[in-house]
Amino acid sequence: MQVNEYKPLIVAFCCNWCSYAGADLAGNNRLNYPAEVKIIRVPCSCRVNPMFVLRAFQRGADGVILCGCHPGDCHYTSGNYYTRRRMAMLFSMLDYLGIERERTRVEWVSAAEGAKFAATMNDFAEKVASLGENKRLEDLRCKK
Amino acid sequence: MQKITRDVLVEKAVSLLENGTVGSVLGWRKGEFDYDITPAVFTDKADIEANFVWNDFCGANFSKYLVKKTINAEGKILAFLKPCDTYSFNQLLTEHRFDREKVYAVGVPCEGMVDIDKIKEIAGDGISKIECGDKIEVSTIYSDEVVKIDAKDVLEGRCLSCKSKKHVAYDELLGEEGEVLESNRFDEVAKLEAMTPDERFAFWQNELSKCIRCNACRDICPACTCETCVFNNPKSGVENKAAANSFEEKMFHIIRAFHVAGRCTDCGECSRVCPQNIPLHLLNRKFIKDMDNFYGEYQAGAEVGSRAPLVNYTTDDIEPSEVFEGGKE
Amino acid sequence: MFKCSKDALSGILAKIAENASLYVPADNKDGKAVYTKWEDGIELSNQLNTVKSPKDFFFPQLEDIMAFKVEGKNIELTDIRVAQEDFVVFGVRACDAKAFEVLDNVFLVDPVDSYYAERRAHGVIITVACGKPSETCFCQTFGIDAANPGGDISVWKTENEVFWQSNTEKGASLLAKLCLEECGDDAVNAEKEKINAILAKLPLAQLKSDAFGGGKTLELFNRPEWKSLSESCLGCGTCTFVCPTCQCYDVKDFNTGNGIVRFRCWDSCMYSDFTKCAHGNPRLSQVERFRQRFMHKLVYYPENNNGLFGCVGCGRCLAKCPISMNIVKVMKTLGGNA
Repeated sequence: MQVNEYKPLIVAFCCNWCSYAGADLAGNNRLNYPAEVKIIRVPCSCRVNPMFVLRAFQRGADGVILCGCHPGDCHYTSGNYYTRRRMAMLFSMLDYLGIERERTRVEWVSAAEGAKFAATMNDFAEKVASLGENKRLEDLRCKK
Repeated sequence: MQKITRDVLVEKAVSLLENGTVGSVLGWRKGEFDYDITPAVFTDKADIEANFVWNDFCGANFSKYLVKKTINAEGKILAFLKPCDTYSFNQLLTEHRFDREKVYAVGVPCEGMVDIDKIKEIAGDGISKIECGDKIEVSTIYSDEVVKIDAKDVLEGRCLSCKSKKHVAYDELLGEEGEVLESNRFDEVAKLEAMTPDERFAFWQNELSKCIRCNACRDICPACTCETCVFNNPKSGVENKAAANSFEEKMFHIIRAFHVAGRCTDCGECSRVCPQNIPLHLLNRKFIKDMDNFYGEYQAGAEVGSRAPLVNYTTDDIEPSEVFEGGKE
Repeated sequence: MFKCSKDALSGILAKIAENASLYVPADNKDGKAVYTKWEDGIELSNQLNTVKSPKDFFFPQLEDIMAFKVEGKNIELTDIRVAQEDFVVFGVRACDAKAFEVLDNVFLVDPVDSYYAERRAHGVIITVACGKPSETCFCQTFGIDAANPGGDISVWKTENEVFWQSNTEKGASLLAKLCLEECGDDAVNAEKEKINAILAKLPLAQLKSDAFGGGKTLELFNRPEWKSLSESCLGCGTCTFVCPTCQCYDVKDFNTGNGIVRFRCWDSCMYSDFTKCAHGNPRLSQVERFRQRFMHKLVYYPENNNGLFGCVGCGRCLAKCPISMNIVKVMKTLGGNA
């Protein structure tokens, strides 16, 4: 096992009804995903304000992922449709400012998709790890 | 030069004031020099005749003032609106920010406004007099020669890519109605999109690092009419007056652009007032371009009551992972 | 009085830069003049005003004061000041140099602001006489002589030569190291006359400050004109942040997630949270905030500082205000000397 291996810090916003339950299922099924993925439970993916995403980067996240119910399955009927538009715009803007596009992602994960949750997190963590530390959206004051 | 003369506007203002249609007039007040014009509310005929200005320097967008000025106004308020101002006017109406019944809107055709900095680049500093006729005639204290400049050569950046000469709202129109134009306003955005991420990052890092957080872009913006801005909320944990570091600068400008996305009419006031000449409109235009691309063409303010892309959806919208570089991937 | 040829100027600046960080006004990519660190080949800006004043060098817009960590009942304080090194600012104008006097009266009186004092002790200001003032200039109104700028060293540029004169000990010791040629005053006197002739032609040359100053508080505070003057004010901070004399600041704490950084940053009386305290804000409307800015510069400050005005007439706010409302319009409206 390598010592000092770089492990990216990942913030995952998960909706209460689907993705958080999906994460639970992944746990129950003993599926591995990196411990550096920090889950923040939100009532619906559309609760995530663009500022949350930026704030996560400020506080040291190297990647931010949003997980919500599949389109059409939102507990509140249409929340994730709004999420989809908002995050499309936000991510496109971050890309426009030259921030690596692989650091942000939206994935739809249902309560039955524990395996998908684990696979998504593994894949995302790997992509972010290959980019290295978040430099372009960092706040030096928050670095230890 | 402007096709409608100052005298026509003054005559209109005075007659509407005198026949009681309006109780006050929102117009441009003469400054110290011939270019530093201040938006002002006139209530007096003599004041209008002496101090009302309409020339190539009347760039200020009045629509936002209506939010506050209509609240306690006695009678209607007369607002002179240029084509781009009318889009903001409609957008504010869509958001119920002022009472339409309290405004008498007079559309004024606009031939584009000029930039004093560009004039100074040609004529030099120390301006003693500027006359806006067929040509802009500039006198300075350093030369006896009057420099004649074609207004087309010194237009404000935003006027060079004017999107519309059409008034989308008015009670009365002076002069002829213009057309929605084929503008090249997304060219600069496309140029940035074509760069590599590293180049884009370098570009914006350089531009945004100039920000001094004076908040002029926000305070002039007709889409920014929140009673208390999120950046003024001490509990939000974001800095409202310090250009703390490059993160805070990016945070402010990204979030501000996001908050007005779908509501920004692209009037260009943000870039006009920036004391550090940051091309802020390129952030707003990126959102407009993306929304046009992915959700169908939409011009904020083109009509009252329209539903902006970010408060709307379809079941087969593009996925966030597909939006990069115009959804090519 | 010393002199050198115009061609020798960059060599002399290079010499200054050998021993201290040297900052000069240079044009940036947008063609705006900003203070830039000297390096070989840098071209001095020909423009009159830098966008931001040299105030930044002594009283930066943002400055970390200290850091602290709280663990249980213990608070650990750390002084995170960076040690100051000697620096020289070249190309400061008469008005901007006078502005340091305004700042000194605030920061160097008891209790002395050690952050500012340390920077003042390490900084040398080299002024340049204004050969080409702008229409927005009105330093004469406040008794400032653009032909005879202050600072540690004054510089006059004529067609082919550059003249240097030290005004302080600090200036003299720097000048002594530059090995310049000693000379008489004639050329400089001629240049001063030339500048004075231009100053007399400026559109704001006749603006008077008589109606303002200490003791005028009650007379001016309640004037009805404040309402119309402030009517279109956006409440942005542009005027304050480009001003060489605005000295108000706020002290704030930033939670880094692993400790607190206490910093101070410029504040603007135009902002809604200016001087906000436990009971709320003493100035609730933009009229009051607007009035505060001009009353401070024209009445309160001179009242407390032997008649010295808190404005130096640099003209930056005239050029930068998004709605072109400014101190000159205020003075003309309230002072009645239009």
